[in-house]
Amino acid sequence: MGCGVGMYPRAFAYHRANTYPEAISLLSELGEEAKFLAGGQSLIPLMKLRLSTPAHLVDLNFIPETSYIRSNGLLRLGAMTRHSEIAASADAARIPILHDCAAGIADPQIRHMGTIGGSIAEADPTGDWAPVLLATGATVKTLGQNGERRIDISEFILDAYTTALQPAELIIEIAVPAPVSRSGGAYIALKRCAPVYASASVAVQLTLHEDHTCRDARIYLGVLGLTATRVSQAEDLLRGQAVDSRQFEGVREAVMDIAEPASDMRGSAEYKRHAAGALAKLALDAAWRRARGEHVEVTHLYA
Amino acid sequence: MPEEIARVRVNLKINGKQYSREVEPRTLLVQLLREELSLTGTHIGCDTSYCGACTVLLNSKSVKSCTVFAFQANDGEILTVEGLAKDGQLHPVQQAFSDCHGFQCGYCTPGFLMSTLQLLEEHPHPTEWEIRKGIAGNTCRCTGYQNIFKAIEAAAENYKAAPSDRS
Repeated sequence: MGCGVGMYPRAFAYHRANTYPEAISLLSELGEEAKFLAGGQSLIPLMKLRLSTPAHLVDLNFIPETSYIRSNGLLRLGAMTRHSEIAASADAARIPILHDCAAGIADPQIRHMGTIGGSIAEADPTGDWAPVLLATGATVKTLGQNGERRIDISEFILDAYTTALQPAELIIEIAVPAPVSRSGGAYIALKRCAPVYASASVAVQLTLHEDHTCRDARIYLGVLGLTATRVSQAEDLLRGQAVDSRQFEGVREAVMDIAEPASDMRGSAEYKRHAAGALAKLALDAAWRRARGEHVEVTHLYA
Repeated sequence: MPEEIARVRVNLKINGKQYSREVEPRTLLVQLLREELSLTGTHIGCDTSYCGACTVLLNSKSVKSCTVFAFQANDGEILTVEGLAKDGQLHPVQQAFSDCHGFQCGYCTPGFLMSTLQLLEEHPHPTEWEIRKGIAGNTCRCTGYQNIFKAIEAAAENYKAAPSDRS
């Protein structure tokens, strides 16, 4: 290695996989000191900081036909699909909450490399995809030595940085059900600036009856706990009710009640609690208008 | 831990020229560019995927080359700041940054140029919001961004004037 400046990961051996089964057998042969490499936008910084020091990387980037967006009732996203590809996809935009999420992750450069499968497999509590996939009821398709499994996202992410993946098992696809009619969702995160993780985020998916009363609501907070947190009290407030300003205020209060943020460099617990309440109101408003057929642009907020 | 780590061959086209090198697997794309190939126009700023000084285009998509392993760019095409000027003529985006003084110390400029190029490919007539989103992954600690904004707006005008100059 040259004498230039720069941070270097611990040395590791490189293994290029040409198929998923080959990647799985490589990883199982190499054992616990081996890791899969997807886009690398979380793993590479962790390796450069020596917080992760794998002895082997099994590269998934050169496996053909792992990046795709297919729409046939379900929206199927190949695990290696980059965030930027989802953000640019007309098929994905039919489920607006997916577009909100993909287009707001970090910055253009990171979205060009980072993958949805890598993000979910890492299960970083501050990641953007978990609350969105929970709100939409997505399933994760995995492949391992014992074949394929389909796992509901709520049973896939178990804890911070912990998923239901077995050793040498990987994600191959994420499937999102197409929302029924009169359904709308929105995802908003509050960030200090684009490349950093969010300080708080909220995902809302709302389905209305014909008379525009609420048929179903799914509301998840991101970032503030070890995993995304479902706000059942807020959902109960909405179900069967007309969605009006009283409900909006009730949802804000329920979110503030349930949020258990910790004070850190991203802000005090009190600040984050208020932010989560405000984000919930904004996301609910956007979801409600979308459920009524309005076109609403939603974007992450910066403070 | 293997005692001897096999080097990995990386073939890639940089600014139109084909290169082939054997590198340690942990070599980052920016280190390949700067240390192996002496293409030092691409800068290392934060080295933690934040500042964007190391931005290059990989297969026409902007990436932070401090956060991409060299092997991930195998068989790819790279455009760095060295590939912008042609025959002694600044690229329209470079000319706009020069005309508008879109920099002070200049350290972040190569990254801003590459992100601007990416932005204008996607949005030839960017709105203020699209400019903000387009350079959200690049940090400048000198200017306060006003002149960078002006430069990007001027670059969009230059593009309109000379669309055939696109790299």
